[in-house]
Amino acid sequence: MSAAFVRFDDVSLAYDGTGNAIEDINLSIREGEFVAFVGPSGCGKSTFMKLCTGLHAPTQGSVSVDGAPVTGPLKISGMAFQNANLLPWRTTLDNVLLPLEIVEPYRRQFRKRREEFVGWARSLLKTVGLAEHENKYPWQLSGGMQQRASICRALIHQPRLLMLDEPFGALDAFTREELWCVLRDLWEAQRFTVVLVTHDLREAAFLADTVYVMSRRPGRVIERRSIELPRPRALETTYEKPFIDLVQELRAQIGEVRST
Amino acid sequence: MTVNSKLIERLAPWIAVVVLVMIWEVTVRLFNVPSFIFPGALETAQALITYAGPIGQHSWQTFWTTLIGFGLGVAVGLVLGFIIGSSRFLYNACYPLLVGFNAIPKVAFVPILVVWFGIGSVPAILTAFLICFFPIVVNVATGLATLEPEMEDVLRVLGARRMDVLLKVGLPRSLPYFFASLKIAITLAFVGTVVSETVASNQGIGYLMMSAGSQMRMGLVFAGLLVISAMAMVMYELFAQLEKRMTAWAHRS
Repeated sequence: MSAAFVRFDDVSLAYDGTGNAIEDINLSIREGEFVAFVGPSGCGKSTFMKLCTGLHAPTQGSVSVDGAPVTGPLKISGMAFQNANLLPWRTTLDNVLLPLEIVEPYRRQFRKRREEFVGWARSLLKTVGLAEHENKYPWQLSGGMQQRASICRALIHQPRLLMLDEPFGALDAFTREELWCVLRDLWEAQRFTVVLVTHDLREAAFLADTVYVMSRRPGRVIERRSIELPRPRALETTYEKPFIDLVQELRAQIGEVRST
Repeated sequence: MTVNSKLIERLAPWIAVVVLVMIWEVTVRLFNVPSFIFPGALETAQALITYAGPIGQHSWQTFWTTLIGFGLGVAVGLVLGFIIGSSRFLYNACYPLLVGFNAIPKVAFVPILVVWFGIGSVPAILTAFLICFFPIVVNVATGLATLEPEMEDVLRVLGARRMDVLLKVGLPRSLPYFFASLKIAITLAFVGTVVSETVASNQGIGYLMMSAGSQMRMGLVFAGLLVISAMAMVMYELFAQLEKRMTAWAHRS
């Protein structure tokens, strides 16, 4: 087995006395792997993200990333949420630049290398189709455009670990599929490690190398499934039989989880 | 047509003023109210012109004391608001205290201030300060304290320190609250100054009205009222414009 980039050993987390939010998580994620977590609401998927990025420490077990135990917020990760969370007083371009004003070593170099950084931001915005909107404010953008900008912001400092917490959950079906392809292309080009939390089984199956199915609270991993569909995957794949069968199997598993 | 309706819209506040003044004048004449009880609009205007010199002098006094008190209020309000808003503990600890303090009528402070500082400008400045810093503190603190946790997570994942989060997100985010509170604070500051002047000063519009009232020169009293109101309106508008320019992003249509 290749060296694990993210590794969970017997990890449990309880926020308070009401029991574990997640329990006995054992898994490892390779560098450059695209994994997706699916499960019913409240199964601790977001808790998993917080553990992974060091925003929370586990009550039991240990989490390590890149060979070192996680003790505080990781600087090698980027994050995007269901809400784009762009700063309304900043233009799209300035929003994307935000992480560079915070993460070392860019933070120190920000003034000197600003031109260069703006170049990075512009090329990222271009790849997601926002080239003409860099000077617009978030409220002048549609929901889908905001989410694109938010993904650019999560990637600008070239994180090795991208955490996505239902990033497409609030979008309409067509925009969502469009953004799947945007994310797929970004990942194919840069091959960072992605942890995607989602409710959408098609999304998980289309994008991920590995899908983890989680149980109801306390969340445990009840199934690990490798998605063997060849890459690069075209959106049309999602309407073909092998893909549909796969999604149906996953759906059946979620159904079982919900009924027990 | 559209040009006309726009013009009417712009003129609307002036029309309202004219109508109000006319109602005022007509009512006073119709019911034959003696001018030492309630002077008409004309008589007030007359007093305004006759006593332009002293009125100007006293309003200048009121104006600068108010501005100093207001300036103090802004400075203290900002700092206090920032401190309280940046920590949940301090927010919970200090909020009831502030509310309790705010509930005390500020007139009640004037006698204390007089004992400490004598009569004159100092109690006026301090009363203006005491009355106007509260809305600033509350607004700035609320703006900081209601920061969305996801927004904070976005920055914390990057290894941002608490100060980064406050400066990059908290402070800009609370600016609209801050500017909104300035508009309220400046009008309150005028209230504070005038209240203090009526009780403990021999300068300022408050004093002018008080002494004119005791001599039954109600025209002059009302002239004083108009001047205060005009000053407060001008300052309010100034801060409203400032708010629009500084926080345009929060006022999209």
